[in-house]
Amino acid sequence: MTPAPHHGPSASSGRRSTATTGVVLVGVVFAVALLADVVAPGDPFTTSNDVLQAPSWRHPLGSDDFGKDIWRSIAHGARTSLLVALVATAGAVGIGVGIGGLAGYRGGLVDDLLMRVTEVFQVVPRFFLVVTAVALFGSGLGLLTAIIAFTSWSSTARLVRSQVMGLLAHDHVLAARALGGRPLRILVRHVLPLALPTLAAQAAFQASGAILLEASVSFLGLGDPSVMTWGAILHDAHHFLRVAWWIAVFPGLALTLAVLGLHLLADAAASREY
Amino acid sequence: MSIGRVARLVARRALQAVPVVAGVVTLTFVLIHLAPGDPVVMMAGEGGDAEYYADMRARYGLDRPLAIQYVRYLQSLAAGDLGHSFEYQRPVADVIRERLPATLLLAGTAFGLAVGAGLLIGVVTALAAGSWLDIGLRVGTSGLFAAPVFWTGQLLLLAFAVVMPVFPVGGISSLRGDAGGSTRDLLWHLVLPALSLSVGFLAVLARVVRSGVMTEIGREYVRAARAKGTSRTRAALAHALPNALVPAVTLVGHQAGTLLTGASLVEVVFGWPGLGRLLLDASAQRDYPLVIAVLLTVSLLVVAANVVTDSLYTVVEPRLER
Repeated sequence: MTPAPHHGPSASSGRRSTATTGVVLVGVVFAVALLADVVAPGDPFTTSNDVLQAPSWRHPLGSDDFGKDIWRSIAHGARTSLLVALVATAGAVGIGVGIGGLAGYRGGLVDDLLMRVTEVFQVVPRFFLVVTAVALFGSGLGLLTAIIAFTSWSSTARLVRSQVMGLLAHDHVLAARALGGRPLRILVRHVLPLALPTLAAQAAFQASGAILLEASVSFLGLGDPSVMTWGAILHDAHHFLRVAWWIAVFPGLALTLAVLGLHLLADAAASREY
Repeated sequence: MSIGRVARLVARRALQAVPVVAGVVTLTFVLIHLAPGDPVVMMAGEGGDAEYYADMRARYGLDRPLAIQYVRYLQSLAAGDLGHSFEYQRPVADVIRERLPATLLLAGTAFGLAVGAGLLIGVVTALAAGSWLDIGLRVGTSGLFAAPVFWTGQLLLLAFAVVMPVFPVGGISSLRGDAGGSTRDLLWHLVLPALSLSVGFLAVLARVVRSGVMTEIGREYVRAARAKGTSRTRAALAHALPNALVPAVTLVGHQAGTLLTGASLVEVVFGWPGLGRLLLDASAQRDYPLVIAVLLTVSLLVVAANVVTDSLYTVVEPRLER
């Protein structure tokens, strides 16, 4: 390992501001998603006669070609993005911890076999796998979320495996094993807590990946048509770039800020690794 | 390192990739069999009589046990046969061969742009660490890294094709005038898509290069060079940067999947006729053989890129050669 570069006082305050910015950005997205019915009441699919209106008091972020309010679409789209991010990340981390933990703990043939499977999932680009799965099985939001979870666990599995392998040699784990603790209990009680900062950074990064994947699929027009998503707004926006810039600019900005917030949180968590 | 040794190195890395390739092929086989609907009905259309269907089934080996079908699938892949497209009524391999060059041109150009600009920004921010320039560029690249590639594309399209119509809104060549088909025309169409695709990579690379140069610049060999009167910039470029490049090579080389993903999305934004557009059309038409063949193609490209990267890594870091 290379020694870390020298961190002056400015470096630690930089880290703090990274964390703060991340918390604020993710917090705002969460707040908007939770309070969507308060800050942007009404059904986001409601159409009106205000077609392709530029931002105004009536439509703070403008309206689209069906007269749908963009702010309302974005607020309700935040729900979709966060729901997908939370559920897909929980699923992916669950699978990853299971597979990585088993591989790291058991070693030998089990490890070899599981790691070969993991490598396959690392090599196949997730976006193409998700689009293929959507083409084969359909794109209901629940299904899409499950597909994203199922295709996103490989990096977590590798990470957990290496952490488990490193931590198994620690004295407290050796002691627990010598006392005859069951593998699952040792893993959950003695190994995973130490891997938590790394895992948290990984989870935040995974969540941003899930948001981007869902948005990409929706942007292609292959997403769930019955829910409002940022990607779907950007899909519609594409036909109106010439006449209505606001349909493209604001949802993309929301997407970028949400992803940026999660990246900053991931950075902040990673800098707490021991 | 002699050419023979490099060749042996690449061959060994390629051999190590065999299990992964086998896994990818198996995955696509499983996906083909999970595809909904009867493939024979898909190909022959509904309303055929039972005898005709049975005939088709026998012809494509669909009446055989799964293990035999798997072996047949491997045999046909080895012969370069990726199946038959429902939509195009042509061999899938032909359709992909037509589209692949456009994607590779786009991805390659973006990669070149990203490496050039990423190195430059990485070194500048490392040398100016802590300054407003450094902070500004780092905040900027963090934003670029977070922005979805298709949105970056839309913004560039909005700025440089709609508001300031400097570049074309899409396509790969002009339909009007006599410029269509010339290299100049192609490059003119390539600018915005390649730029959109490059910014995310540029951002990652700039970050890795910055932290690499900053780590190396504090090392004794760089301090020794400085003590002998080498300027700070020269020490960074001639001494610190080459060593800082080692992690950058691995990082960037292992991003082939991300690059192809980004290329596909950018293709849709700019109507660039590559694999991404093909994938979208094929998904919309439920042309399963084509969709799965695209998945197989990009996966194998990623494996190939990883083999090249790992070989390259061993060349720049000979200690790793086992």
